Amino acid sequence: MIELEGLTKRYGEKVAVNNLTFTVRPGIVTGFLGPNGAGKSTTMRMVLGLDRPTAGDVRIDGRRYDQLKDPLKYIGALLEAKAWHGGRSAYNHLLCLAQSNGIPTTRVREVLDTVGLTAVAKKKTKGFSMGMGQRLGIAAALLGDPRILMFDEPVNGLDPEGIHWIRTLMKSLAAQGRTVFVSSHLMSEMALTADHLVVIGQGRLLADTSMADFIERNSRSYVRIRSPQRERLLDVLHRAGITAVESGNGALEVDGGKAEHIGELAARHQLVLHELSPQQASLEEAFMRLTAESVEYHAHSDAPVPRQQWGDDWKRS
Amino acid sequence: MSTPQPPMPQTAAPAWQAAPGYTSPIPVVRTHLGHAIASEWTKIKSVRSTMWTLGVFVLLVVGIGLLTGLIVAGQDADLGGESPLTLGFFGLLLGSMCIMTLGVLTTASEYGTGMIRTTTVACPSRARVLTAKAVVFFLIAFVVTLVSTTLVGFAHVALLEGSGAKDPSGGEWLKGTVGISLYLALLGTLSLAVGSIIRHSAGAITIMIGAVLAPLVIALFMFSSSLQDVQQALFEYSIPNQMSIFYANSLSESGPSGWDPLWIMLGVTAVTLGGAFALLEKRDV
Repeated sequence: MIELEGLTKRYGEKVAVNNLTFTVRPGIVTGFLGPNGAGKSTTMRMVLGLDRPTAGDVRIDGRRYDQLKDPLKYIGALLEAKAWHGGRSAYNHLLCLAQSNGIPTTRVREVLDTVGLTAVAKKKTKGFSMGMGQRLGIAAALLGDPRILMFDEPVNGLDPEGIHWIRTLMKSLAAQGRTVFVSSHLMSEMALTADHLVVIGQGRLLADTSMADFIERNSRSYVRIRSPQRERLLDVLHRAGITAVESGNGALEVDGGKAEHIGELAARHQLVLHELSPQQASLEEAFMRLTAESVEYHAHSDAPVPRQQWGDDWKRS
Repeated sequence: MSTPQPPMPQTAAPAWQAAPGYTSPIPVVRTHLGHAIASEWTKIKSVRSTMWTLGVFVLLVVGIGLLTGLIVAGQDADLGGESPLTLGFFGLLLGSMCIMTLGVLTTASEYGTGMIRTTTVACPSRARVLTAKAVVFFLIAFVVTLVSTTLVGFAHVALLEGSGAKDPSGGEWLKGTVGISLYLALLGTLSLAVGSIIRHSAGAITIMIGAVLAPLVIALFMFSSSLQDVQQALFEYSIPNQMSIFYANSLSESGPSGWDPLWIMLGVTAVTLGGAFALLEKRDV
């Protein structure tokens, strides 16, 4: 379990992480989501004691990181790619980590096998591809067989096979009762792996919710209608007790409406429809909407940034 | 792992409460400095730069040592009762660059490669990591220098037996082997501390080479008589001159003598390491 309590990191004037309080629980995959620069990596670095918090506290199973005598047995972390000496072999890299934590050296072979690097164990890591590097980082995280695992953007730069492997790995680790905390800037990726979601933007907590809740609350379904007889259609819909809103380009949108029902209604009144399509707002959009607010908030307070950087089209597809 | 989970601040969700949490079969160990030293030993011997710098060091010390010995022996000159060990100095002076480079690389290269993050995550006690690095490096540098200087010393004594060189006394042997090896190992440890402070290999190596050569070079150009005292001090306390004192040679009669250079270097290294420790605790990785 990882507990954050009012965690704050300031670099001079800039607040990278602002008063974060949340708990990452065992047995599930917790997604840590935020746009680039939201403070995900800084938060993870503070969890690992690499950065000292300006204020607040992080606890790993109730203890501060620097109180852990053999930290690799409590928490394994995959940080940003390639945090090792390229001239050293994968085996020796893992060996020196095992030795510093009193982990039996037989574990080195085991984890190399788990991540599928046994064949290149004696090769210098300099020549490793992105995917191999990511696998070595995961091997290091698994070395101490820890109760808690933390992955910073694990699927970055991986091929589909590698992405699938990491997803399955994270799920199986959580299923064993471990705490799995994984950061990403891709909502679509999280939707496939995470059971719980922590969203931050500009260093502030925006959401701390179960994935199911987030989907239910944010995946808005609606029906888009286009008709040359717009005014009459509106009238018909209004009389049927259906509220339609304009969505630009002359289209109408009916929240939570059934396409069949609207189609039949239009047929009964002999209205011509050019489009009648059920739509589902994606989670990616929901995430953007959530984080855009934090971007907007800062745009007002610091600099004249355009109000919506993505334009208007991302709101409704 | 052994501690019970602290009470949850929020209301419990059944989804995770059902999961008992994972318990690893790997036993928990209370790690100590010994673990960190084992780890640093693996690190230092598993990169090629260590082998290169130490290889070049041995090559310079032994090679230049033998070469000077052969030249002197070939000239049929009379050494007039001088200790033959003094000829080992030139190789060591050049070789010191290798020791300084390795010292800097031991700490600074981790910042260049990103390894430092992995290291710090594996061992949150930064002081322990630096101590382990200093211990491992010091011992390696000391042993390699001791072996090289002893080898060269024996070669010189054997080569110059007929050239009027005296038989070095026990004290001269001690200073010319153990003494100079301790001094060089300390100089390397000073570089290691500088590497940890600067966190940049090339920058730290430049600083160390500057620290060794600059005082001597600057002093060479101090022609004004009003600067004579400064010039004298720069000469006497320059690192090359301090090294040559172990061979009973000095650019002047005043200034440090005997084992003084070792105490000077010990003081400087201790202070710099102290600074490195303080900065390590203060800075983010």
